[in-house]
Amino acid sequence: MAAPNNCRFLETHEWARKDGDTIVVGITEHAVSQLGELVFCKFSKKAGDRVSARQPFGEIESVKAVSDLNAPVNGVVVEVNNSVPDALHLVQQDPYNSGWMLRVKPDAKSGYEELMDAAAYEKHAAEEH
Amino acid sequence: MTASPDLKKTALAEIHERLGAKMVDFGGWYMPVQYAPILEEAKIVRTRCGLFDLSHMGRVRITGPDREKYVDSIATNHVAAMKQGDVRYSFFCHANGGTIDDLLIYKYDDAVYLVINAGNTPKDLAHMRAHVKNYQIHLEDQTDTWQMLALQGPSSERILQKLTKIPLHEIKYYKHRGHGVNGVANAWVSRTGYTGEDGFEVYVPRSEYASLWNAVLEAGREFGIAPIGLGARDTLRLEAGMPLYGHELADDINPMEAGLDFAIKFAEGKNFLGREALLRAKEHACRRLVGLRAESKRVPRQGYNVYSPGGGSIGFVCSGTPSPTLNANIGTAYVATEFSAVGTKLEIDMRGTREPAVVVPIPFYKRAK
Repeated sequence: MAAPNNCRFLETHEWARKDGDTIVVGITEHAVSQLGELVFCKFSKKAGDRVSARQPFGEIESVKAVSDLNAPVNGVVVEVNNSVPDALHLVQQDPYNSGWMLRVKPDAKSGYEELMDAAAYEKHAAEEH
Repeated sequence: MTASPDLKKTALAEIHERLGAKMVDFGGWYMPVQYAPILEEAKIVRTRCGLFDLSHMGRVRITGPDREKYVDSIATNHVAAMKQGDVRYSFFCHANGGTIDDLLIYKYDDAVYLVINAGNTPKDLAHMRAHVKNYQIHLEDQTDTWQMLALQGPSSERILQKLTKIPLHEIKYYKHRGHGVNGVANAWVSRTGYTGEDGFEVYVPRSEYASLWNAVLEAGREFGIAPIGLGARDTLRLEAGMPLYGHELADDINPMEAGLDFAIKFAEGKNFLGREALLRAKEHACRRLVGLRAESKRVPRQGYNVYSPGGGSIGFVCSGTPSPTLNANIGTAYVATEFSAVGTKLEIDMRGTREPAVVVPIPFYKRAK
């Protein structure tokens, strides 16, 4: 389960990927595998809201656990993937593409560069278990 | 996870890994939580047969002339009234009625056999040893020397019968019988389980365990058997309304509050630890265990507060799960007695949002006989 090289990662298993002047956010395949079958997802932020790095933008729930979704970067939400809460299989099956969650216009100090690269994240994920 | 050297292992740890299980630390044991999606595993048990490694559970064999009097002095069920071949559910309680553990008692002509919870085994053994007093007994901890597995689900009898000459159809629910399974002369079986389905638990010496596990999987292939992890086991036991220590039962919860009076016997001459407190609790329980069906997409979780609609806190959630059999999110909770009637509308605080729920009967699920 390789983490994609074009993403950066937060310790709590969210990814961020530059896309033009925005940053797309979701959760990693490792997170999906650890959570197991997803049953509920809710975003507490909508377009226009500010998000801060390491602060929650929603919750995701599986059969056995519920977790916060944490923003990897500082910025303003420009778009939320509203398909996800009613189609959790998007996250389950394709977390890096159709299962994306937020599109953020990053602040000048977004924190993106401080996030882990794919190699560091894979090491982090392996050490947690 | 990879096994930390501190974790105890059953004889199947490598087999679970090879079967692709997700392994977790469960009560200090390196155990499979799932081999496949949890809700799919639960459905296999309800419709076909699931195979469970239960060797993490504590197994204690008690012999000696005072064995029954001794167990009757610390357990709530009545060993002296049991017959050879009987199995009974029971508790160890503190003097104040709080629950030390829940357990199964198996009666033999020459022994009393106890199966206790994995995470409570050290605590239970210390408790048992502290109450030996002048009883002439011998306690043998067989947790490491014997192992046990369970077949659960409608095909269990047909699968296990392929491996034993014991006439399984003669064993009624909550009875045990020997001997001989898969060529192991001293193996024995009980018609027991923790899923709400028909099924058996099989007990064998550790050296014979892996080959028994593989033989059951092979014998069950034509019936669609699958290995099942502790995740689905928790969902299945909750649907069946069976308590789990650390959730519905705890040191500060007595089994009367849990509605488990059937396993507490106030027979004459049976004076057990916790008797007076449990008698008082029988007369006056200020909270009761109830079943809840959540009217939301979210799952009740242990520790969530329960409220009267628009009002104050009246209880707390013990366990919760999506129920694949009922197609609803269900849970158990202790609530103030006046809110415990079936049909009462309540609210559960699910991480800051009050979601509606309704009191429903326990068990949530009963198999068709």
